[in-house]
Amino acid sequence: MLKYWPVLLVVAALLPLASSSQFLVNLAMLTAFSALLGQGWNIACGFGGLTSFGHAVFFGIGAYAVAIMQTRFGINPWFGLPAAAVLGAAAGAVLGAAAFRAGLRGSYFALVTLAFAEVFRILANSLEITKGGLGILIPLHPALANFQFDDRREAYALVLAVLAVAMGVAAWLRRSRFGARLVAVRENEDAAAALGIPLVRTKTQALALSGAVTATAGVLYAQMFLYVDPSIAFGADRSVEMLLVAMIGGAGTVWGPVLGAIVLHLIQDTARLLIDTPGFAPMLYGAILLVIIAFMPNGIAGLRLPALRRNRVRDA
Amino acid sequence: MLEVRSLAKRFGGLRAVKDVSLDVPAGSITALIGPNGAGKTTTFAMIAGFTVPDSGAVRFAGTEITRWRPDRIAALGMVRTFQITQPFAGLTVAENIRVGAFLRHHDVTEATARARAVGTRLGLGPMLDRPAAALTVAGRKRLEVARALATEPRLLLLDEVMAGLNPSEVNEIVALIRQVRDGGVTILLIEHIMQAVAALAETAHVLAEGALIASGTPRQSAADPAVVEAYLGHGAAARMARHE
Ligand SMILES: Nc1ncnc2c1ncn2[C@@H]1O[C@H](COP(=O)(O)OP(=O)(O)OP(=O)(O)O)[C@@H](O)[C@H]1O
Ligand SMILES: [Mg+2]
Repeated sequence: MLKYWPVLLVVAALLPLASSSQFLVNLAMLTAFSALLGQGWNIACGFGGLTSFGHAVFFGIGAYAVAIMQTRFGINPWFGLPAAAVLGAAAGAVLGAAAFRAGLRGSYFALVTLAFAEVFRILANSLEITKGGLGILIPLHPALANFQFDDRREAYALVLAVLAVAMGVAAWLRRSRFGARLVAVRENEDAAAALGIPLVRTKTQALALSGAVTATAGVLYAQMFLYVDPSIAFGADRSVEMLLVAMIGGAGTVWGPVLGAIVLHLIQDTARLLIDTPGFAPMLYGAILLVIIAFMPNGIAGLRLPALRRNRVRDA
Repeated sequence: MLEVRSLAKRFGGLRAVKDVSLDVPAGSITALIGPNGAGKTTTFAMIAGFTVPDSGAVRFAGTEITRWRPDRIAALGMVRTFQITQPFAGLTVAENIRVGAFLRHHDVTEATARARAVGTRLGLGPMLDRPAAALTVAGRKRLEVARALATEPRLLLLDEVMAGLNPSEVNEIVALIRQVRDGGVTILLIEHIMQAVAALAETAHVLAEGALIASGTPRQSAADPAVVEAYLGHGAAARMARHE
């Protein structure tokens, strides 16, 4: 039975689509959305070992791009989506080319990404095109053609579909030449270079791919909540949530972010019932991160779940 | 195949490599020997693009490759191994070797098959699906060679791949290196085990304190008084001559 847990998980994910409970659908949607964010981070950082602490930058670029395109230029968000993904990829490519060419790694890279996201938050706060600290309100016109959803279940179905694509990307990384070489770079840069792997190019491509997926998540966010402001888009807690989801579940695995999102939401919502003070969430995130780093560096996936173990040994 | 001209490298006040020039003819097995800290690994690192030389030039297969990045040099067909082994610890042995195979084979199935074949040839067959972290010292040395061979190089730089092996393992790897050369791969190796150098190399260059002090057949090099002094200290050659 335990062997088929991914199947059970998929069935469980589909159940809310048939439910009329707003609460259940919302819960499932937010969890799936977290899993998507975690997978966006995981693509570059789990597989490639890039320690990004500023992935919100890609999320924010996606959210702002689609919001600005439709409110300023009247571009339909369905067209805005691919454009935002391309922008996310471009941001990843630029950040990667600059940081990796300069030889930044580990905590230096983490600091630079953190600063990068912070710069974007400050820009969004002060520029006219982003409407500064007020943020951008997307006018309500619920219709599928407008990428707005009357029924939460439609939104949830879309999040699931994009999550499936993101997991497809991760599965491709596990099986492809590019993915294997990316993992090699994560495991040992000198050895990877000696075997002919271009380090800067490989890491930059991974960051661009990750940027595209994460920006797409930003688009979904903007269209679900119809509002973006600088701290929603570029806030550090968003970056931390992404890496936490991936690390709890198991970085560098296909299912890790899904498991991580479920566990994080369980912990978060239970904790919120018990303690409801502002500033509690960041503290909780910090505590969870410490526990993971100290006691389960490979996340839940490191706990020898049968399907994950099998993937680990045979492919990748 | 390889022409090294006047390579030099300083680490702070230490002149690790002073002025090294040597040639590795195509199809040969050439050895670079010398006492600990002589600058052998540093020379390798400069040849393979890992350390930028202060001065000097490297030509490989007719191409000037000085200051090229290691991955470009590997793509051109020169691959080094590491004296301090550098396995991809989180991957299996076969996956480690496959990373090398991916340089020339873009198809995953093909690269996997190549990697397993190379691993088996190097005696890693039973370990292929085990994590690389589970290998012994000897196993890790073999893995270094296997990964490099899987890239199908024209020139292989081996940095002390026999250190820490027992005599029968040394014999195996000597036979294997000869076999690789007979397959058309030129070899430059750093080695402390003189018996292996004598068995393999046509030419041995001796490096001491960053400078080449002798070149010739391994037997000639080993008998050179300057080499004896470098290994055993000042006056050693004279003392040995007196005892004979
Ligand atoms: N990155 C570095 N920074 C500073 N000093 C270094 C560095 N790499 C090597 N050295 C020094 O340069 C000298 C030559 O080192 P190298 O590793 O090239 O010697 P080697 O001939 O390979 O010796 P061994 O036989 O012990 O492997 C040594 O004194 C070493 O301590
Ligand atoms: Mg050395």
